[in-house]
Amino acid sequence: MRHVAVAALLTVAACKPPPDDRTSLPADAAERGKAVIERVSCGSCHAIPGVDWPRGGAGPSLEGFDDVGLIAGALPNTPGNLAAFVRDAPATKPGSTMPPMPITPAEAQDVAAYLYGMKDE
Amino acid sequence: MNKGVASGIMEALWGWPPPVLDPAGPYASSVTTLAWALFAMGVLVTGIVVAALYVAIRGPERWRRKLGGEKAVWIGGIAFPAVVLTGLLIWGLALTASLTEPITGREARVRVTGEMWWFRVEYLDPAGRVIVRDANELHLPLDRPVVLELRSADVVHSIWIPHLSGKMDMVPGRINQLRVEASRTGRFGGVCAEYCGGPHALMGFVTEVHEAANYDRWLAAQAARQAGAVAPGATPGEPAAVARDPQVPERYDPARGWALFRDTGCAACHRIAGTEANGLAGPDLTHVGSRLSLGAGILPNHRGTMMGWIADSQSIKPGNRMPSYDRLSAEELGHIAAFLEAQK
Repeated sequence: MRHVAVAALLTVAACKPPPDDRTSLPADAAERGKAVIERVSCGSCHAIPGVDWPRGGAGPSLEGFDDVGLIAGALPNTPGNLAAFVRDAPATKPGSTMPPMPITPAEAQDVAAYLYGMKDE
Repeated sequence: MNKGVASGIMEALWGWPPPVLDPAGPYASSVTTLAWALFAMGVLVTGIVVAALYVAIRGPERWRRKLGGEKAVWIGGIAFPAVVLTGLLIWGLALTASLTEPITGREARVRVTGEMWWFRVEYLDPAGRVIVRDANELHLPLDRPVVLELRSADVVHSIWIPHLSGKMDMVPGRINQLRVEASRTGRFGGVCAEYCGGPHALMGFVTEVHEAANYDRWLAAQAARQAGAVAPGATPGEPAAVARDPQVPERYDPARGWALFRDTGCAACHRIAGTEANGLAGPDLTHVGSRLSLGAGILPNHRGTMMGWIADSQSIKPGNRMPSYDRLSAEELGHIAAFLEAQK
């Protein structure tokens, strides 16, 4: 019985944690993303962890956004989708009321990196 | 201008070199020179005192006796400060004489009124008539003095453009005059520098300095737009070009935006020249589509911030006098934003 328990424990211990692509995004991308968020003032509509001001209430709060399953309840929450969505939401999710943002695709990727890197749990 | 800085307030207070030490006009530049000279003198005198202290504690016996003598007091304590301070005073007064240069009355005039918590800006013609009404933005010509006629509509405010000049109070019932001149084109931030209650810390504006010829053209165009009559109910201006993918068709209709603007109460406080929107309580929106910032120098101006501001300005600038229009749907906000973007 004891052997079985040890074996079971070893089996579990041998499991690698699931690969986490989201958090392996480069750190400087997240930093650049935060600068972009502050420049275009995403906070005018969203409360964003790490952004003290503004924390507008027109759009949904992004607290805990990295754990959200679907972007805007429609798109799988992957870096590619998120980058496309933050840059031009109506083109990515038809009917979205979030307006297109004046940012480049590279900047959108940085913004996505920031939104995934937020540690607010 | 620092590319990462989006608002007038940020630009006025942050950045490198610090805006107070980065003069963009003759007035600020003489003050900056004086400040550096005083700082250098301060460092020199501190150095002398520290050296004397070292000698007094650790120095050779002969030096210590000299330092404690009456002669040292006469020279170091009286003669040296008297000569240096007199020299500094005369030089400083000569240097800053331009700050008190009399106003001739021939300068261009702009009336800036402090309101809780934004700046009303009116450009005057030589006869003193208002030709352009604007808000939270000051346009100046290069190398040409402009007199700011400073008033307040409610409490004491103070106007401060660190790159261009010192602060000047805006006092209710009084007109203060501030002469400003810019020697470099660019965008410079400005703030209210006197606590005026509530969201005082979010009361700012953007100053843009143009080449003189461009300024004249700009002012003439603005004045023509303000004087030109637009048929009541018609949508003034053309839909604005927004930074967006061209394959996504514009879904918002400026004409619907105008109808909403008129019918939901916006027009009661905001004026748009040539339309029936003629409220004077809030900032004039005739040129809001070309403004460099929103919410009095605090947000960049694009569709996202425009919609966010209208929907919930109270969480962005708590206590400001515009209510949050959270009963408008996102679609309606989009229409209004599309309409306002067209007001150039």
